Amino acid sequence: MTSFVPLVLGLTLAPLLMGVINRTKAFFAGRQGQPLLQLYYDLWKLLRKGAVYSQTTTWIFRAGPIVGLACAVAALALMPLLRTPAPVSFAGDFILAVYLLGLGRFFTVLAALDTGSSFEGMGASREAHFAALAEPALLLALVTLVLMVGEKSLSGLMGNLDALHWLNSGPALVLILAALFMVLLAENARIPVDDPNTHLELTMIHEVMVLDHGGPDFALIQYGAALKLWFFASLVVSVALPLPEMPLALLAVAGVAGVMLVGVGVGILESTMARLRLLTVPYFLLGATVLAAVALLLTAFRA
Amino acid sequence: MKFIGFALGFWFLGGLFPLLLGRRHSAAAACGVVAHLAASAFALAAAITTLASGKILGWRWDWPAAAGQFHIVLDPLAAWFLFIIALLSAVTAIYGWGYWKSSSSGHPHGAAWCFSNLLAGGMALVVLAGDAVLFLAAWEIMTLASFFLVTHEDDLPQNRRAGWIYLVASHVGAAFLILFFLWRGSHAGSLDFTVWAAQPLSGQTMGGWFLLALIGFGFKAGFIPLHVWLPEAHPAAPSHISALMSGVMVKTGIYGLMRCLGFFNDWPEWWGWVFLGVGLASGILGVLLALAQKDLKRLLAYSTVENIGIVALGMGIGVLGISLNLPALAVAGWAAALLHVLNHAFFKGLLFLGAGSVLHATHTRNLEQLGGLLKRMPWTGACFLTGAVAICGVPPLNGFLSEVLLYSGAISGVGSGQGRAVLAGTLLMAGLALIGGLAVACFAKAFGIAFLGEPRREPAAHAHEAGAAMKTAMGILAVGCAGIALLAPRLWQGLQRVAMPLCPLPAGAGAGATLEAMANLQTLLFYMVSGAAVLIALVLGIGGLRHALLRRRSVSTVVTWDCGYARPTARMQYSASSFVEPITTQFHLLLRTQRHEEPPKGYFPSQAFFVAETPDTSQQKFYQPLFVRLREALGRFRWLQHGNVHLYVLYLALTLLALLLFSLR
Repeated sequence: MTSFVPLVLGLTLAPLLMGVINRTKAFFAGRQGQPLLQLYYDLWKLLRKGAVYSQTTTWIFRAGPIVGLACAVAALALMPLLRTPAPVSFAGDFILAVYLLGLGRFFTVLAALDTGSSFEGMGASREAHFAALAEPALLLALVTLVLMVGEKSLSGLMGNLDALHWLNSGPALVLILAALFMVLLAENARIPVDDPNTHLELTMIHEVMVLDHGGPDFALIQYGAALKLWFFASLVVSVALPLPEMPLALLAVAGVAGVMLVGVGVGILESTMARLRLLTVPYFLLGATVLAAVALLLTAFRA
Repeated sequence: MKFIGFALGFWFLGGLFPLLLGRRHSAAAACGVVAHLAASAFALAAAITTLASGKILGWRWDWPAAAGQFHIVLDPLAAWFLFIIALLSAVTAIYGWGYWKSSSSGHPHGAAWCFSNLLAGGMALVVLAGDAVLFLAAWEIMTLASFFLVTHEDDLPQNRRAGWIYLVASHVGAAFLILFFLWRGSHAGSLDFTVWAAQPLSGQTMGGWFLLALIGFGFKAGFIPLHVWLPEAHPAAPSHISALMSGVMVKTGIYGLMRCLGFFNDWPEWWGWVFLGVGLASGILGVLLALAQKDLKRLLAYSTVENIGIVALGMGIGVLGISLNLPALAVAGWAAALLHVLNHAFFKGLLFLGAGSVLHATHTRNLEQLGGLLKRMPWTGACFLTGAVAICGVPPLNGFLSEVLLYSGAISGVGSGQGRAVLAGTLLMAGLALIGGLAVACFAKAFGIAFLGEPRREPAAHAHEAGAAMKTAMGILAVGCAGIALLAPRLWQGLQRVAMPLCPLPAGAGAGATLEAMANLQTLLFYMVSGAAVLIALVLGIGGLRHALLRRRSVSTVVTWDCGYARPTARMQYSASSFVEPITTQFHLLLRTQRHEEPPKGYFPSQAFFVAETPDTSQQKFYQPLFVRLREALGRFRWLQHGNVHLYVLYLALTLLALLLFSLR
């Protein structure tokens, strides 16, 4: 049963991660901020509501949030936390994880187009564009880890990545970490790619795609987004913290603390940085790809 | 072998009846469909037997032609392609029955059914041929039959032009093939494929031969920049014929390359790099061009170029794996290429049939005029969505599995630590990820703009669902996409029989490693399929939860919340061009999208328009000038032609004299 720990932690604590980010941002803005558990309250409130649908929409609009959440849960089931392996792991599982997120995105985009609103079409177009550019960066970063550690599954990678790797190939790992963090920001609609708190629909990417969703559907979307953020945060933490073998409970605590630290990092970044112009986002993602490619070359041709 | 005889008989002879029935449409259609179905049943039985048992069948007949033999061979590689040909031709025939029955055009259907039978038979004969002359004859039957189908609606000038481009491209390709076969045949002293395969060649001269085969077959397969005929011919042909041409016929080019590689030994490494380069170029440019199209069938045609690129990537690492002696790389490459050929036949066939239903219902292929079709055509919409998910290569459908095989090849290449294998793996990984992401954008656009939202023009608002035959055909292919995905680990034995002969690694340790790599891939597919099953269970579970939550609550419908604007019109929706504008702008260097616009002027603008289109650069910048020059150059020989019969007789006599002198020399 031990291996279910990362999945259970993710499923229960992911909304808290959102709270940590928001509190960090509030601290920097000099506000008191919303409660840490705000997203839990929101989800509970939304789940008890009815629903309002646009008359333009079809079953695609209703299926979008369901498929999105299912994909996020399935991908999370493959993600270890530090050395604690995931419930399921096999050689090449990271490809399944990346493509599951791809399927979720495909349905989110379709659900947005289903409303016939030009605002949501705009968001859908941007999401599809940026995701296509983020995918090579993510996969190159992961395959560099495969090459470095010699394992082909996510759990195997994180279970065998230790301090020695950081000593031997620190520069490559720094590059990988940077690329992964950049992909995290892009995939989860954070500054500098997208601003989750913006008020102008014209400039939104992710938020504008889900404008028409409400009630339980919106709860599924919010929860799925939190899970996705948790997925990427645990990936970043597991690479950044090569802890030695230790008892499961300690590892779990360290893992959760690490993920929350990533949340704090995202919060600080969002408080201190402006978002990029939409036209320059592709270069940001191209940068991530180049970082990952350089890391790969450094690793492959280490004399 | 009897089955093969029956199948070919039904295809070639069965096609004659509809021709005789001419304009008696329903009788001609019945004959055509029955012949198709009977032939396909026999061919499928033969193909499945060979794939299950691995037995190689052959049959020879010394025909009274000047050269060669009527020699047909059914080995696993031929059976793999024969299976695809038989299945798709049967399904498209069912669709065509409904499609032509309800179409109002005055074109004689008898001839069309005859050519469609000939096309299927010709393709089957191409993969079965064991002799160069027979192969070229079958190749020509296939090309001509499909040419007449492309120009079926020949009253439209653009269809005649498309047919012309197709005919020229096909025959330029065929010229390279004739050269290749003559050269190879004169070297071996025989035109028999089995002789060529038994004495594979190696050495320096192979390079030129390889390039001849690559260009010759590349024209049919549609590698960039030899792809010019695809975006012209596919929109022109009737939709189920496009499905057959795009899903199956272009694969005969892939088949030819796979077959011809078997005539050589010790493949040099650069062949693999050439395939990889061709694959990356076709894949990335293909998907970008597809993304930029507004014509639904043109979009699908470019997406075929992309998918052929993915197959070429598989062949590339297949060849590299063998020349670098990395069994895991080679096996993954060949298995991925073969599986993707099968998968693409299913989902591209399905998408073309779906596009055909849309065209049938709305009389337009222009995405900018469609919209909201899912409500009016729920069956077609669901089938098109299935095809779209499959072609994007995302779980849980079959397209994902062939991409997974490629990725596993890339991972083993990177993991091997050999410099060049690492480079190949990296290129493959990054390229495939980019292609996959762009394909998601492309098909989100194709499905989202055509089937979702509100109808943008009048015809889309009055669209109606396709007929029963068309729905059945689409349903079969949609189920097939899911079926391949779920049964892939069980179908593996058959795939392995086809792929193993393509991996000629040294016996002993090499063979053991190859088998082990095969077993690893089968395990990988098993995990992926289990993952897909878990995903489906999750979707059902969450869907059930949502249903339970909403059961006793108020669920109402209102107008879309367009940021408070309560009177949205269909024209305010995001269009196909606007959806892809960020991407076409970013890749302007490759796409060269042209804009024609007149922006609104003043406070009360009276007139404004915006049109973006992406023509084929290679055609505009390369082929068109080339053919114009060619025509000018050949125009200088005009003086030879006077239309005077006496003069032509003189030419004939002079030629004969020259040949006589040449042979007496």
